[in-house]
Amino acid sequence: MSAVIVIVAIGLLGVSGLPGLFFGPRSPVGERVAATLVLAGSILGLGAAFAGMGKTAVFARSWAVPGGDLALRVDGLAAMFLVPLFVVSSLGSIYGLEYWAAREHAADGRKLRAFYGLMSAGIAVVFVAHNAVLFLAGWETMAIAAFMSITTEDEREGVRHSGYVYLVATRVSTLLLFAMFAVLHAKTGSWDFAPPGRPMDSSAATAVFVLGLLGFGIKAGLMPLHVWLPGAHANAPSHVSALMSGVLIKTGIYGIARVCSFLDRPPIGWGVALLLAGSVSGVLGVAFAIGQHDLKRLLAYHSVENIGIIIMGLGVAMLGRATESPTLVTLGVAGGLLHVWNHALFKALLFLSAGAVLHSTEAREIDQLGGLAKTMPRTALAFLFGAVAICGLPPLNGFVSELFVYLGLFHGLRVDSLWILSAIGVPALALIGALALACFVKAYGAVFLGQGRSDRVSHAHDPGLSMLGPMALLGVACTFIGLVPLAVEPVLRSATNSWAPELAPAASPLDVLSPLRLLSAAGGSLLALLAAGAVLVWRAPDPSRGLTWDCGYAAPSRRMQYTSSSFAESLVGFFSWALRPSVHGAAPAGLFPSPTTFHSHVPDTVLDRALIPLSSAGARALRWFRWVQHGNVQLYLVYILATLFVLILMGR
Amino acid sequence: MGYFVDPVLVLVLLANFFLLGTSRLRAIINGTALQGVLLGILTLLVHHELSLRPVLIAVGTTVIKAIVIPWMLSRAMREAAIVHEVEPFIGYILSLMLGAIGTGLALLFVGTLPLVPQHVGSLLIPTSLSTVLTGFILLTTRRKAITQVAGYLVLENGIFVMGLALIEALPFFVEVGVLLDLLVAIFVMGIIILQISREFASLDTTRLSALKE
Amino acid sequence: MTTEPILSPAVHVLIALIFPPLLLGVINRTKAAFAGRQGPPLLQPYYDLFKLARKGSVLSTTTTWVFRASPVIGLATALLASLLVPFGGQESPVSFAGDLILFAYLFGLARFFTVSAALDTGSAFEGMGGAREATFACLAEPALFLGLMVLVKRTASLSLTTMLGTAVAAQWRSAGAALVLVVVSLFVVLLAENCRVPVDDPNTHLELTMIHEVMVLDHSGPAFGMILYGASLKLFALGALVVDIAVPLRTGNRAVDLGVFLVGMMLLSVVIGVVESTMARLRLHQVPSLLVAACLLSAFAIVLAARG
Repeated sequence: MSAVIVIVAIGLLGVSGLPGLFFGPRSPVGERVAATLVLAGSILGLGAAFAGMGKTAVFARSWAVPGGDLALRVDGLAAMFLVPLFVVSSLGSIYGLEYWAAREHAADGRKLRAFYGLMSAGIAVVFVAHNAVLFLAGWETMAIAAFMSITTEDEREGVRHSGYVYLVATRVSTLLLFAMFAVLHAKTGSWDFAPPGRPMDSSAATAVFVLGLLGFGIKAGLMPLHVWLPGAHANAPSHVSALMSGVLIKTGIYGIARVCSFLDRPPIGWGVALLLAGSVSGVLGVAFAIGQHDLKRLLAYHSVENIGIIIMGLGVAMLGRATESPTLVTLGVAGGLLHVWNHALFKALLFLSAGAVLHSTEAREIDQLGGLAKTMPRTALAFLFGAVAICGLPPLNGFVSELFVYLGLFHGLRVDSLWILSAIGVPALALIGALALACFVKAYGAVFLGQGRSDRVSHAHDPGLSMLGPMALLGVACTFIGLVPLAVEPVLRSATNSWAPELAPAASPLDVLSPLRLLSAAGGSLLALLAAGAVLVWRAPDPSRGLTWDCGYAAPSRRMQYTSSSFAESLVGFFSWALRPSVHGAAPAGLFPSPTTFHSHVPDTVLDRALIPLSSAGARALRWFRWVQHGNVQLYLVYILATLFVLILMGR
Repeated sequence: MGYFVDPVLVLVLLANFFLLGTSRLRAIINGTALQGVLLGILTLLVHHELSLRPVLIAVGTTVIKAIVIPWMLSRAMREAAIVHEVEPFIGYILSLMLGAIGTGLALLFVGTLPLVPQHVGSLLIPTSLSTVLTGFILLTTRRKAITQVAGYLVLENGIFVMGLALIEALPFFVEVGVLLDLLVAIFVMGIIILQISREFASLDTTRLSALKE
Repeated sequence: MTTEPILSPAVHVLIALIFPPLLLGVINRTKAAFAGRQGPPLLQPYYDLFKLARKGSVLSTTTTWVFRASPVIGLATALLASLLVPFGGQESPVSFAGDLILFAYLFGLARFFTVSAALDTGSAFEGMGGAREATFACLAEPALFLGLMVLVKRTASLSLTTMLGTAVAAQWRSAGAALVLVVVSLFVVLLAENCRVPVDDPNTHLELTMIHEVMVLDHSGPAFGMILYGASLKLFALGALVVDIAVPLRTGNRAVDLGVFLVGMMLLSVVIGVVESTMARLRLHQVPSLLVAACLLSAFAIVLAARG
């Protein structure tokens, strides 16, 4: 029953943008219909997902397509991923009513809404598909719809470039998935995306794992397969970026989680690979983020970092499965999957507030902004919530999921075969947390605090309710999960049981392994102390006002403030072996120097310094074969004739 | 009736050689029309008893191959205002020699094929192979688009003849398919010829290589 | 005894509230002794706090509510963190599996708002200090976690109370070398997080060379008092970690253990004073090397701990 409701919800999401195509480009009817349909579908889907918690709903029907039946399966793991999809897509659709209003964006608004709905529906099909062909159909729909959504403003060159990079990356990932399903079918004879009925030999299992890790890793944005992520997230409209960063990259995580569940006792190498890949992705992701000066690119790199944290959690869970330790499995799955929810929530919050800034100031460059907390106080508060959450600071939700991963790693310390991995994982996670804090203080401080650095901020103002409402809801959700983590424990238990059913009886529940109630108490007491302090500050006599201390310099200007690039300079220097920043500028020379400029930029090392030069070199090498394509129709026909002769001769 | 099949096939082969050797476009169009008539007669001859269906197919074949298509080609010729074929890539003598060698090889090759007894010794298969080869030579060595269309027509004629050999197994399956196929192709080619002549102010297909990347 | 459940946390909270500024007094007295001066009275920090509480304050026009909130957050987090650390091996009022992670991240929350407040003023100096603070924290956090990991490995427990409780004395016998390395490493982290020489000089007046001092340049009055008090609480909490490991005397008698602990904290302050007087502040680009050395010491300690 709940499977049918989920299908209806998916259908509503998919068609949400289509009625708008029949109305005029500037008509508000289309966008309101789209938002209503998305909201209705999301409420239905959320209801079905929560109602079916702990049970598995299956829907199977035969169809005309070869390769198995039309089979859907909504179990604990799928429900865990469906919830953020429905939440983020509905809030994003409401956000888009003002952010991409039909009146202002007549040329591309209807196209955007149509593909937004299709992308959401495609993602949902990916999460519930039980049959490989259905899975790939949903995967492709999601990928193409995402491409069309990213390139909404395709009159800009940067948007086109990032769209093409995304397209190439998603084609490669689909090919790898085709290969993985082919191996699965060859070894097990079924087209089901489920643990195989027959045991597979280890080389086939390793092939499936590697292909799955690479194919799904490209979509998830695991370093160094992340090359499409920064450009795509930066250049898409902000609510599309929120949906992509919050949910679309999680389809990669879902795929990896499913593939990892195929073996009951996986080789320990799988867990090691996941843990190391997650650590590298986390550290380098946040290192790249620190060097960015474009607000949305910075947020995109943080997605790479958080995917690393999620993969680390899954790695801990896999290590637990390999060593048959239910504690590690529970903590690892809880940490990884709760971080999926948390990341969807706070990353969507960050992208929506960054979008509000962009909408109001038309600037994405951090070093042209500043002082926006005075003119856009509500947006600043929303961004602050998102920033505190993404740094994993108590009392918000990021801390809870990172705590689970830490606990899992610490438990691994006590196991003889795993302590080295924990000894690598814990400092990596601590480093990630500290770097993320530095990066978000830089972003929040440079954009919202201090003074405006250019004239772009002069007309900044808070957006209206349809943009502020979703941000407020997301902020409340982050706070709720952070203060009352016990509320999500049933969801996590259901997901763990469906992922590793054989360990379910022996596993201790999550609230025994980790102090969920005490966390709530700690969070509550922190808030109480803060409230008490706030009251003290309010009651204090009104302070007098003056200028900031400037060491006696008589004429401070707004350009003298610390910029975001200056803030990040030493950290970028630490990581310059990976970041390879490009710096242009001359130091002022002489006693009365003439004006000079300075410009620094951190391109994506894997894309801009490795892949693109390699492919250009490859294209140059292949140009030698151009003589085959001479454009002469007659010679092309001679090729056909020659092939015929060869076939006749071979046939004899 | 079966006795007349082989002479008509020989006439078809002669039409091939004629097409390979001539340089006048009007003659090429007339030659393909003649081949069409011959094929219509051949359709009637191949059948052991005459009924409505073979007659209809024969009449249809003759009308399309001998009347409709040559008329369309003449119209294209008038619109583009061309009269002569320019010097082909390999010269008329060489084309003729290639055609002759090809026909000889086809006759030899047929001996090695595992044929049904009624086809052994018949000229149907060698004629079809030879006609196909003629079509290919016309397509690959001639410059003007109209001659290439004629080459395509000859190619389809060759396949039509092969279909006649399968008359017992697949009654007119191949023939009807070929006829439909021809109609569509000629429509398309008509449009393309018009566009090429407009675009390049000539029907010289070597100019098409300007379109390459 | 029936008053035990209330008495023990109450004593803990009282110590945490009253004792920390005394540490600053001891440090300053030690430095003065080294310089041949008499120095300020031991209770001078308390007098300073009372004076600041009565003063008025000046706010910069560039700042927002974040600036006024940051001292409050710094103090609240330091208070909560001090409730997690056991003093002298006695049970801390709040203890659970994983409280060491909460301990570290509470200070992270404080750091977020302190650096944000520094950027809020729109001053180049404070931004500079904030950038340095954020950068050095990136190396101090892993060092802290690595040091605590050694204890987790040896004591097989995840709560600060059990890690630093009676088990530590036994560990000194079996893994003494590792624990020495951990003490040194955590001491370096203590110096870094509390902005002591050789990482930062709390008495310098040059904005270009400050780290922590410059971040709080624009605070005044009661807010500045809260910042000073919170900083001393942070020194106390982190120092308690070091003293609990370095002085593993656990007689079981509550008063004796607490007394020994407090004496240990004073000795720690004297050591800090000695270090501040005998060493010069490191050049800024050498500080990362010091912190990386602390990380490596802890990593080596883990290897040693895993062997035993």
